[in-house]
Amino acid sequence: MIELLALNPSWWQETFLIKVPIGLLAVLLPAGTIVYLYLFKAISFMQSRLGPMEAGPYGSLQLLAEVGKWLQKEDIFPSKADKFVFAAAPFVVLMSTFLLVVVLPAGPDALFVDLDAGIYLAMAVSSVSVIGILMAGWSSANKYSLLGGIRAAGQLIAYELPLILAVVGVVIQAGTMNMQGIVLAQAEGEIFGWGGIGNPFILTQFIGFVIFMIAVQAELTQAPFDMPVAESELVTGYLTEYSGIRFLLFFIGEFASAGVFSAIAAVLFFGGWYIPGIDAGSQVFNVIGPLVLATKTMIIAFLIFWFRFTFPRFREDQLQRLAWKFLIPLSLVNIALTGVLKVAL
Amino acid sequence: MSITTENEQLAYIASQAADARVNVEVETDEGMTLNLGPQHPATHGTLRIIAKLDGEKVVAAEPIMGYMHRGYEKLTEVRTYPQVTTLINRIDWLGSFANEVPFILAAEQLMEVEAPPRAQWIRTILFELSRIANVCLFLGDMAVQVGATTPVFYAFRDREFVLNQIERVTGGRFHPNFDRIGGLKDDLPKGWIEETRGALDRMKSFCDEMEELVLGNEIFQARTRNIGVIPGDVALSYGLSGANLRASGVDWDIRRDANVGLVYDQVDWKVWTHPDGDSFARFWVRLQETREACNIIEQLLGSIPSGPIMAKVPRIIKVPEGEAYVATENPLGEMGYYVVSKGDLTPFRVKIRSASFSNMSITPWILKDVFVPDIISILASLYFILGDIDR
Repeated sequence: MIELLALNPSWWQETFLIKVPIGLLAVLLPAGTIVYLYLFKAISFMQSRLGPMEAGPYGSLQLLAEVGKWLQKEDIFPSKADKFVFAAAPFVVLMSTFLLVVVLPAGPDALFVDLDAGIYLAMAVSSVSVIGILMAGWSSANKYSLLGGIRAAGQLIAYELPLILAVVGVVIQAGTMNMQGIVLAQAEGEIFGWGGIGNPFILTQFIGFVIFMIAVQAELTQAPFDMPVAESELVTGYLTEYSGIRFLLFFIGEFASAGVFSAIAAVLFFGGWYIPGIDAGSQVFNVIGPLVLATKTMIIAFLIFWFRFTFPRFREDQLQRLAWKFLIPLSLVNIALTGVLKVAL
Repeated sequence: MSITTENEQLAYIASQAADARVNVEVETDEGMTLNLGPQHPATHGTLRIIAKLDGEKVVAAEPIMGYMHRGYEKLTEVRTYPQVTTLINRIDWLGSFANEVPFILAAEQLMEVEAPPRAQWIRTILFELSRIANVCLFLGDMAVQVGATTPVFYAFRDREFVLNQIERVTGGRFHPNFDRIGGLKDDLPKGWIEETRGALDRMKSFCDEMEELVLGNEIFQARTRNIGVIPGDVALSYGLSGANLRASGVDWDIRRDANVGLVYDQVDWKVWTHPDGDSFARFWVRLQETREACNIIEQLLGSIPSGPIMAKVPRIIKVPEGEAYVATENPLGEMGYYVVSKGDLTPFRVKIRSASFSNMSITPWILKDVFVPDIISILASLYFILGDIDR
C-alpha cells in the first residue's frame, strides 16, 4: 500500500486498490462492532443474561458464525413476488449506507471526497433507503410486508424533515456545508469568546443534537420507532419474506447505517476526528483521527441501542404527531435562535 | 367465468385456492383482510384473529379459537378423580396449581369431606404463589407486546424464584399435580417458609421495577391509556372476570365474595379496582394484585396451623352421585368446574369454565376502530393463555 502511494498511483489503483477496501472496512467494521458489542453483549447484560459465549473468546466470533449461517441458507422468493424488485431491494438499502460514508472525513486528509455540499449529499442519499424498504414491502406479496413498507415510508419521510432542520442549525453555525469545514469550525471555534476546547456543537446546538438523535432513531427504525419491523405486530414487517443472503444484506444495512449515522452525528456535534489539545492542522490527525472518530461513533451508537433496548414502541399516528407537532416546530425555533445569535455575536 | 362441468368447477376452486394463498389482495371497497395467526408472534400460541382493515384501522375483527383444543372435558370422563388433576394442570400452564384447586374442591364438596386447616393454608399459599408466577409473566409480556424487549427477561428471571419455591414443595415447576381430595400430597419441606419470604421480597422489588420501567414510561402510557376501554356494564354482560373485570371498576373478587375452601377470610387484604377500564388499568390492577398476593402469602406464612395435611378419605375414591360447581379466583379470572357424578370412579361429565375463553369473547366488540398495533396491546392486556381458551 505504502509503495503504491509513493509511486503516485493511477486512478484505478487509487480507487479499486485503496478506496474500495477502505470504504468497505469503514462501513463493515463499525457495523460488526456494533452488532457484537451492543446487539449481542450490551443488550444481554441489560437483560441479565450473558449473550453468546461459545464462538471464540466471549462469543466474539459469533457474528462470523451468523454470517456463515445466512450465506448457506436458501435464497427464497415468494411465488407471487415481483422477483426483480424483491431481489434488488436490499442492494438499494445498502447502497445508501455506502454513499453516506463517502463524505465522512476521518482526518485532515483522510477522506474519500471533499465535497462543498457534503452534508447536503449525506442527507439526500440517506433518504434513498426509503425506496429500498418500500420496494421490499411492496414486492414481497405479503400483507405484513406491505403494512411494514408503508409504515416505513410514512415514518422515514416524516423524520427526514427534523433530521435536515436539525442539521441546518449546525450549518448556520459552522458557515459551511462541507463536512471537513464543519469539523474545522468546531476545532477552531469558541464558545462566547472562550476557545479552550474549541466549540463542539453539542454544547451550543444541544437542542439540535437531541432532535437529530431522535430523528436518526426513527430513520434507522430502531425502537421506540420500530413499527416498520414491529415484531409483535407485523412479524418482521418488510423483512418477513427475506431469508439467506438478502436478509443478511438488510441486516448489514441496518447496523452499518446505525454506525454511519452515529459517525455523522460525531462529525456534526462532537468535533469529528478532532480532540482538543492538538493543533487541528497537525498531520497526527491522519493517524489518530479515524480512531478518534470511531470512538465517538461508538459512544453515540451506544445511545441509539440503549434507547432501543429500553423503550416500548410508539403507534404510527403518535409517531407522526411527535414529528409534525413537536420536533419540526422545535427545530424551526432552534434555527431561528441560531440565526439570531449568529448575527448578533 | 361460467362453470358448466364438474371439472371446470374443480379448476375454478383450485384457482381460487391459489389466489387465497396470495397475501396482497386489493379489495377496494371493503379494505384488506389481515389474518393474524394461527402462527403469529403476538398470539403466543395458536389463536387466530381475522381483522378487516381500512388502512391501519380495524373495521372488524373476529377471533377463531380451537386450534389447540385437547378435549380435556371429554378425557376426564375416562380418568379417575385423582388422575384428572394431571390433565387440568395443563389448562392454564402458567398457574397450574390454581387449576387443580377448584376441581378438588368440587370433588370434596360431593364427597362431603373437608381438608384439614393446615392443608387449606398450604393450598392457599400455593394458590397465590401460582398467581404470582402467572401474572409475573404477564407484566413482562405486556411490555414486549407494546415493543419493549427488556422487561420480559426480568419477568422470567424473577419468576424463577417463585417457581423454585413451588418446585420445592410439589416437585414440579409447571405441573405440580399436588392437590389431593381431602388434603395435599405432602407437607412443606424444612426451611421453606423462610426461603419463601426471600422469594416474596424478590417479587416485590420486581413489582417496583416494573412500575418504574413499564408503568411509568410515557410511551407505554401513550400506548395503553384510553385504548381498549371496556365499561363496567359491558364487561359484566360479556362475562369478563378476574383483573379484566376489576379494571373496569366492578368490585367483584371470588376470593372475597364467594370464597370456598380457601382461607382468604383469615387474612387482611384488599381488592384492587381501577375505574378506567383501559389497557393501562388492566396492567395496573394486575401489578397491584401481584403485590397483594405477596402480602397475603406473607400473612399466611406466619399463621400456618399445625396438624395433619390429609383428611380421612377412602383409598379408592368413589364420588357419590350428585352435581357440584366450584369456582375460584384464578390468575386469569373465574375458573370453575361443574362436576356431575354418577357414583363411579370417574366423573360422568365435567364442564370447565375457564376465564380466558370468556375473556376472549369480548374481542369482536373491543377490536373496532382501533389501529393494528392496538390489536396486539389490547389482546395482551386482556391476558389469555391459549391452553385456557381451548382446553
